[in-house]
Amino acid sequence: MKFGVLRFPGSCDEVDALGAARRVADAELLWHGDRDLKGADAIVVPGGFSYGDYLRAGAIARFAPVMESVIDFAEDGGLVLGICNGFQVLCEARLLPGALLGNANRRFTFRQVGLEVLNSGGSFTQGCALGQRLSIPAKHSWGRYHADEETLAVMDRAGQIVLRYADGENFNGSVHGIAGVSNERGNVFGLMPHPEHAVDGLMGGSTDGLKIFESMRLTVEGAHV
Amino acid sequence: MRARVLIRPKVGILDPQGEAVQRALPALGFAGVTNVHVGRLVELDVEDPAQLESMCERLLANPLVEDYEIVLAG
Repeated sequence: MKFGVLRFPGSCDEVDALGAARRVADAELLWHGDRDLKGADAIVVPGGFSYGDYLRAGAIARFAPVMESVIDFAEDGGLVLGICNGFQVLCEARLLPGALLGNANRRFTFRQVGLEVLNSGGSFTQGCALGQRLSIPAKHSWGRYHADEETLAVMDRAGQIVLRYADGENFNGSVHGIAGVSNERGNVFGLMPHPEHAVDGLMGGSTDGLKIFESMRLTVEGAHV
Repeated sequence: MRARVLIRPKVGILDPQGEAVQRALPALGFAGVTNVHVGRLVELDVEDPAQLESMCERLLANPLVEDYEIVLAG
């Protein structure tokens, strides 16, 4: 199995994402100007400041040539993980519902956050237990998840609210404490905290981030059996 | 044609920038200021103003969380 990790001008977490993916499978970087996904079985849209985050975070990156292929890949059922800026890109591309707004605390904030797994049956969290608490770093200015109440009710019923900040951990003011969501089909997932930074016992506070990459590998390899 | 696009947070969505400005003004002695919201202004010359709405929907604004207003300068 191979992960394809996108690299935009302004990405900064693509190398960590590549390293995290390589702990569970093969992985390769994909340049934003290329349309070729090079046979990747799953795509990671990494964190950073794609195209300088001009206008709105992710607003310009979502029109990159590589994103045309990623959108087709997602529509064909391929797994797409968006982390932080990648989550913003996937929302802007309408592959995920809702939008990310400026943190309620108005500050760039970097801290370890506790997350609660609300859906452990999905392609990105099947390696987790329902209600399990993950400890993963978050670092962003524009991470306040927003969707209207009608959309949230539909998402809730469909199990699309995959991760929420544990009580007292919702520093960015996300609606209903939402930290990570999937699309209706469950093959596209975005979260603001950084699982790729929590894969090594030496740093990142835990190795909980590996569970996301490992779940993706299980999903892809299960689909191939 | 010169055009201006005014982009604002949708009503009802928390606007931390607006709140911060609203709190800062009384500290400077400006009383009686309420309902402060901070948005963006995009100025552009366009050959076909009929395309502006589509530009707003697709790129300039995020209609899920922002309202936009197109003002043609003539």
